[in-house]
Order: sequence, then C-alpha cells, then structure tokens
Amino acid sequence: MKFNGTVFRYGRDIDTDVIIPARYLNTSDPAELAKHCLEDLDTTFVKRVKPGDIIVAEENFGCGSSREHAPVAIKAAGVSVVIAKSFARIFYRNAINIGLPIMECPEAVDAIHEGDVVDVDADTGVITDETTGATFQAQPFPPFIQEIINEGGLVARTKRLMAQKNAEA
Amino acid sequence: MARPMTMAEKILADHAGLTEVVPGQLIECDLDGVLANDITAPIAIKTVREIGAGVFDPTKIFLVPDHYSPNKDIKSAEQTKVTRDFAHEMGITHYFEQGCMGIEHALLPEKGIVGPGDLIIGADSHTCTYGGIGAFSTGVGSTDAGVGMATGRAWFKVPETIRFEVEGELPAGASAKDIILYVIGKIGVDGALYCAMEFAGSTIRNLSVEGRLTIANMAIEAGGKAGLFEVDDVARKWLEGRTERPYREYHSDPDATYKQVIKIDAADIVPQVSWPHLPSNTHPVAESRSVKIDQAVIGSCTNGRIEDMRAAAEVLRGRTVDPNVRCIVIPATQGVWLQCVHEGLMDVFINAHCVVSTPTCGPCLGGYMGILAAGEKCVSSTNRNFVGRMGDPTSEVYLASPAVCAASAVAGHIALPSDL
Ligand code: SF4
Repeated sequence: MKFNGTVFRYGRDIDTDVIIPARYLNTSDPAELAKHCLEDLDTTFVKRVKPGDIIVAEENFGCGSSREHAPVAIKAAGVSVVIAKSFARIFYRNAINIGLPIMECPEAVDAIHEGDVVDVDADTGVITDETTGATFQAQPFPPFIQEIINEGGLVARTKRLMAQKNAEA
Repeated sequence: MARPMTMAEKILADHAGLTEVVPGQLIECDLDGVLANDITAPIAIKTVREIGAGVFDPTKIFLVPDHYSPNKDIKSAEQTKVTRDFAHEMGITHYFEQGCMGIEHALLPEKGIVGPGDLIIGADSHTCTYGGIGAFSTGVGSTDAGVGMATGRAWFKVPETIRFEVEGELPAGASAKDIILYVIGKIGVDGALYCAMEFAGSTIRNLSVEGRLTIANMAIEAGGKAGLFEVDDVARKWLEGRTERPYREYHSDPDATYKQVIKIDAADIVPQVSWPHLPSNTHPVAESRSVKIDQAVIGSCTNGRIEDMRAAAEVLRGRTVDPNVRCIVIPATQGVWLQCVHEGLMDVFINAHCVVSTPTCGPCLGGYMGILAAGEKCVSSTNRNFVGRMGDPTSEVYLASPAVCAASAVAGHIALPSDL
C-alpha cells in the first residue's frame, strides 16, 4: 500500500483524550468521531485535513485509554498513516486491528516538517519527504502482525480461522 | 528445566501451552476472562456479531456498565441497552445491572471473579489492576475484546519485565498512591512502555491488597502492559472465601532476567501530587500548597475501595469542606458503599458537606457527575490528568491520594491532613 499526503506534525505523548475527548464517546459512529478528532489539541485539524494526509508525531503516540475510538477517529478523518517515534501499546494493537497503518521511524520524525508532502510505501517501509527529497527506512512489522494486516485485520483473520476449524470438525 | 522466568512470563507461557517463553516472542493464549464496559462493549459486540459464532464461554465474559451509568443521556442509554440485550441473549453470567454494579476494576477482584494466575484482557486500559492479586491482566481495544469473547483467545507479545524493589518504611501520610505516583514521576509516562512492571520489597509486602490494586491500576500510566504482585499471606487472607474458582500462584524465579531492576527507598516517597497535564509531572504536596481548588474527587478504580473511603473519612470527620469547593465522594462498588454505611462513613461525608454518588466512573473521565468549567482546578484520587480529562480543556486536574484530596477539600487548596 502506498500513501501520499500533507503532514500534520505534533509532539510527544499525544494521548487518547485529545485524540478523541471522552465527551464524544457516547457514540461509536466513525463519521461522528471524525468531526472531533484532535479537537482539544488543534481545533483547526478537522477543518484542514484532506483524505490521505499524514500525522507525524514524537514518542508515545496514543497513550492513555484503550478507546479504539482514537484510531477510528483518525482513520475516519481521512488520515492515511501515522508516523511516530513510538506508540503506546494499546494504540499500537488497536491501529493494527482496525486497519490504520502506523509506522515507527524516529529519523523520519526528526526530519519531516509540518506541511511537507510525504510519500509512504507501507510494504517496503520507505518514507520519502517529497518537499525535501530525503528518504527514510521504517522498521517493517514482524511477520505475525504483517499476516493480520494482510488478511484485512484481526476480525477477518479470526473468521477464516473459525471457518477452517468448523470445516475440520 | 525451563529457563528461569518472571511471573509475567510464567503466566503467559502456561496460557500459551508452552514450557517457556522469551520477551519479544509472539504467542497466542487461552484467556480466563474478557471484560468490556458500556463504552467499549457495543463495539466489541459488533465484532462478535461479525464473526458470527457467538461467545466462547458465557461464564468468562464480564460486562460492567460503569462509565456513563446510571445512564447519563439518551446515547448512553442506547449503549447500555446494547450491552444488556447482548448479555441476556448470550446468557452472560457476569453482567452487572445498575444497582448491582461498581467500577469494573474494583468490582471484579472484590467479587472474586478474577484471581491469581488468571490471564484476563479487558477493553479498558485499567484492566491491569488485577495484577495487584497476581493475575496477568491487560487493556486492549474493542476488536481484541470482541475476538476474545468469540474465541477465548488473544495474541500477545511477551513483554520484558522491570522489577521495582521498594524497601523500608513510608514517611507519615504517604500511601500506595504516593508510591505509584512517585514511580511514574521517576520513570515517565513511557518509562515502562511495552513492559510488565513487577513490584517487590518490604514496603510492598506491608501493603494491603487494596493498596496493591491501586499501584497495579496505574501501571498503564507508565506505559506498562501489566503491574504484577506476587501472592503472599496478605493476599491469601484477602482472597479467602472470595474467589469463584481455584487459583494458581506464580512466583518469579530468583535468577529470572529483568530489563531493569529499580531500587527505591520508601523514605523518599513523601505525599505526591501529579500536576497537569501528565501523571509523571509529580511534586511533593509540600510544594503544591499554593494551588487553590474548586473541586475534589475521591473515588475511581484507583482509589474508590473501602480503605480509600476510610482514609478520606478520617480526614473529614468533624470537619467541613471549604465553602468554595465541591467535594465529590464515589464509593467504587455497591459493596464499598454498603460498608461505608455500616462503618458510619456516610454520616461523616454528608456532615462534611460532600456530594456522595452511587458507584460510577462519572467525573474521572469527564463523563458527568462533576464536570469542570473553564479554568477550574480539581484535586482528584483518579489516575489521569490529561488536558480536558475532567471537563473544559482549560480546566486542570491534580492527582493525589484520597487523604490529600480530603485535606485539600477542607483547606480549599492542596494540603496535607497534618496541615488542618
Ligand atoms: S474510574 Fe476512571 S480510569 Fe477507572 S475505569 Fe472508570 S473512567 Fe476508567
């Protein structure tokens, strides 16, 4: 999968409360959640973001609660991929499970600026900053996780395994 | 002989059907329980329906509507209804209706539904609380929880373990909450990212089970996957007559490999306050007295157990809350509430002019029952002080122990009980 978009750059410890404040958690409708994505951090984000755009952030992105509403809101807002120095572990799992591509690449985070246009090849892990011409290599996922992503997420994988089990029984 | 392992590694290995595991290994495990609440259950239920095979075991699914329940508004009512209807349809034995419920992480250990050696996932980040009684429990998202409910299985990356050895006697006025705030202040909000945190040492052995649950609860605030305590006589006594099923104790091997061993002198742990907007932004209470407060909250899955209620009541007895402060007390479960009645603590709270609420998460996540207006400050026994956590994005939350929250409510500013 390849992505291309404009970068929104944020700092470290971006927590799930600012990604999607709890006051909006009385719904799980992605379109509704997307309207409030990052609202308490950057009120202009939702107005400016275009489909395919990219979030670049420092360490520990997505820390805090286990709410899957956070990656769902980011994905539904149109963001194609989040690149960070590191992710909080529940956010990391959730993003994989719901199909929001994420990449850990400290070098890219250090070099990419707000507003740069960036190209990402998720299969090879190559990140290209088209504005500056610099390229970076992100760590590829371990095979087990790649398998979940390739199958279209955890639910699709589980459905296949359950069907397989039933066929054997 | 398997390689020497930490208790986290042993629990995971057993549930994966392996004799040993190493950190970094990806494994699939059998689960002893899967938890969800009124916010996360509806999405997990959608996943269960999509998989289309029902639930793996209706006695091992725990559904606790606690975040916006009793229903805050029409949307919350719909969410709890989805959860309730699903529970009835699937014959889920551990569904807790309003009136029987409590905050999930206080309720499940109290009722003996989770126990030592269990492997539990929950669609709530503070699921790590049960490590206080020797379970490996960890927060996941709704999709993981839904797949867990359908299959009874989940994938894990075996974490490295960081061991915290706390030795000696705590200074006067310091509690379990101060230990964990101190630890998070020391290592940062990602200091234990992807790791299991194991707590040991004489200070830990002297803590009550309630205190251990408080510490395990906040492991996630250091980025941890789990916070673990070995079962000892204190825990065994607490578990007696409580657990539903036979349980299994796991102890770390003396020669197990740790990512890091951090030694802490308990004497350094004076009562702590985490200033906005991160739990790691800790300061001694002594440096926080200039912070005037508008609200105090005593409750939550961190500090809403009976010991916390007693600590708050001890401070509030015979005193009244500052007229410029709202003090909101929320016993975490119906059981704790009833115990407060029996011990006369309700009289203390009400005579001190506190608001006392039925068990709910309520203000802890800025849900309802105590939301902050622009610029207001709150001292709270909860676990997170992120921007906007308890209300308006310009409001501020200061985290502290129940005793410090109660003392601050009386003083009108952050204070120690000994200041009153
Ligand atoms: S009390 Fe607060 S932290 Fe605990 S489960 Fe409820 S909302 Fe989450």
